[in-house]
Amino acid sequence: MRLRSNMNIKHLLAAVAALAVAGGAIAAGADLGQATKQATNWTAIAMFGIFVAGTLYITKWAAGKTKTAADFYTAGGGITGFQNGLAIAGDYMSAASFLGISGLVFANGFDGLIFSIGWLVGWPIITFLMAERLRNLGKFTFADVASYRFAQAPVRIFAATSTLVVVAFYMIAQMVGAGQLIKVLFGLEYMYAEILVGAIMMMYVLFGGMTATTWVQIIKACMLLFGATFMAGAVLMQFGFSPEALFTKATEVHSKKDAIMAPGALIKDPVSAISVGMALMFGTAGLPHILMRFFTVPNAKEARKSVAWATTWIGYFYILTFIIGFGAITNLIQNPGDFYVGGEIANGLKGGGNMAAVHLSKAVGGDLFLGFISAVAFATILAVVAGLTLSGASAVSHDLYASVFNKKATSDQELRVSKIATLCLGVLAIVLGIAFEKENVAYMVMLAFTIACSGNFPVLFMSVLWKNCTTRGAVVGGFTGLILAVVLTIGSASVWEAVIGNPKGSAWFPYNSAAIFSMTAAFFTIWLVSILDNSAQAKKERALYPAQQLRSETGLGAAGASGH
Amino acid sequence: MQNVLDRVTANPKFHEFVAMRSRYSIIMTIISAAAYYGFILLVAFQGPWLGTKLGPGMTTSIGVPIGVGVIVFTIILTWIYVRRANSEFDSTNEAIIHEAQK
Repeated sequence: MRLRSNMNIKHLLAAVAALAVAGGAIAAGADLGQATKQATNWTAIAMFGIFVAGTLYITKWAAGKTKTAADFYTAGGGITGFQNGLAIAGDYMSAASFLGISGLVFANGFDGLIFSIGWLVGWPIITFLMAERLRNLGKFTFADVASYRFAQAPVRIFAATSTLVVVAFYMIAQMVGAGQLIKVLFGLEYMYAEILVGAIMMMYVLFGGMTATTWVQIIKACMLLFGATFMAGAVLMQFGFSPEALFTKATEVHSKKDAIMAPGALIKDPVSAISVGMALMFGTAGLPHILMRFFTVPNAKEARKSVAWATTWIGYFYILTFIIGFGAITNLIQNPGDFYVGGEIANGLKGGGNMAAVHLSKAVGGDLFLGFISAVAFATILAVVAGLTLSGASAVSHDLYASVFNKKATSDQELRVSKIATLCLGVLAIVLGIAFEKENVAYMVMLAFTIACSGNFPVLFMSVLWKNCTTRGAVVGGFTGLILAVVLTIGSASVWEAVIGNPKGSAWFPYNSAAIFSMTAAFFTIWLVSILDNSAQAKKERALYPAQQLRSETGLGAAGASGH
Repeated sequence: MQNVLDRVTANPKFHEFVAMRSRYSIIMTIISAAAYYGFILLVAFQGPWLGTKLGPGMTTSIGVPIGVGVIVFTIILTWIYVRRANSEFDSTNEAIIHEAQK
């Protein structure tokens, strides 16, 4: 689905109906559609320039602290729980979730809230089941945890493959989103965005490693939370801090009237709804760039604190986007001359439906605040791409190079390989961003979540919590989930029809999310293959479980803050 | 070190503790999943009810406090777990390790 600037309300409504088909992808995916280039916005460019200058200065400081592979992967393990919570929230609050969800509330009211809740439910799962065990067993990547008592090579190869696939899909969505955003927000060419994001992000990761990436993420999270708080506050102030008055005004001016206060066309088919819910709930606990953040804190206590803070900030942020969406309804619809194409509501918002929050920033804070929010939106993509690249590079250097191909690698060699991998991934990101400019990438973020919940999550969960799990079971089951997630997604309407261009109704997978099938299949396969596995290796692995459990539950022998 | 590990493994308190904590995390997981899927099922099957007004003459519908409530509930649930784990569970854990090191 694409939100074009010349889209009329009828199309918008049709598009909203199509949301049920596209599942969570819209709110999540950085698919901002094919945006029309706007006039050059110098305030926004200047503010973004200040952000880049500041973060590059931090990178210079971080570079001095990034001497070993451990510094590169985990910032030496010296990040506090509160800081890490902000960084995790930063990783998760992408430009698309900010612009996408507020745009959805603007178009549809209540349905936007259903989406935001979906994006939050993965966090308690991580808190209750994963955070502490991850921290106790792992060192640099989630593969350390999954392969703890297993044969290194096969599990690492699976984890690295899955990490790179997740990173690739997530990254393409972000890069294409960056290109579309830069046209609308800064009035610059698509190509500039790709090169700018690719080049700056590479500098963060290459020189500053995890230390720089974490601080960029923290700064961005603070800017985004400040901007969103300011906007929501300004909107509520217009209505004497009475949400009731805000809602009343919104239902008066919105074309759908009172319907925006109730669920609409979002959920039609319960199987898809539950499947999307599963992808969000368990996929979050399988995203490599999120999992990696649990190794940057000194111990399990801080790891738990990080998730609690992350959940708090993300939840708070989603409540704000709901207010912002309603604020956009009351502020923009009455001033079509300023915010709609040709001054006509029928022509749609300038820059497309996802620009509601950006236009609102101008309505409540003038050109200066518009510049600030534009810069924040772009900085958000930059920071998320940096985190993705770091986790992709770690998969290559730590899981493939140092654990499979050259087990005797020194810290220096490993660091060098991770930097080469960063360079390659950066160039790849730029190339893919340009290649996918005109493609429909709406399904990609949802696909990344589906793969994470069908490949990474079952393998992690079973290897840590199920005694009888074996290498064979984990690897066969993990690949089953990964492949099924990709194949079934290709067969669903959002790819088979909307991307490949097959005729409507020809999609052979009837639901919009594969998770319920691919995740179940992964768990089942891990179980089946493991119990059938009677090899000597399997017996050895089962015998190692008590020692693993002891460490995962008590933290005895866990990698320390500096002794990584 | 190996002695400590063996002694912890041999301590029935350790197994009790792990079982208790796992039970607690699983119950918390079920509560949070129930809150979310309960909300989704309400949306799927009781959509119009969520649109009912909070009071006569009001615009705010029941769905708004419920939806925001699910978000706030999720945050509170997370903090309840983390507080208990960071105080009670961690001290039990340390006591077991300490006992094994004597």
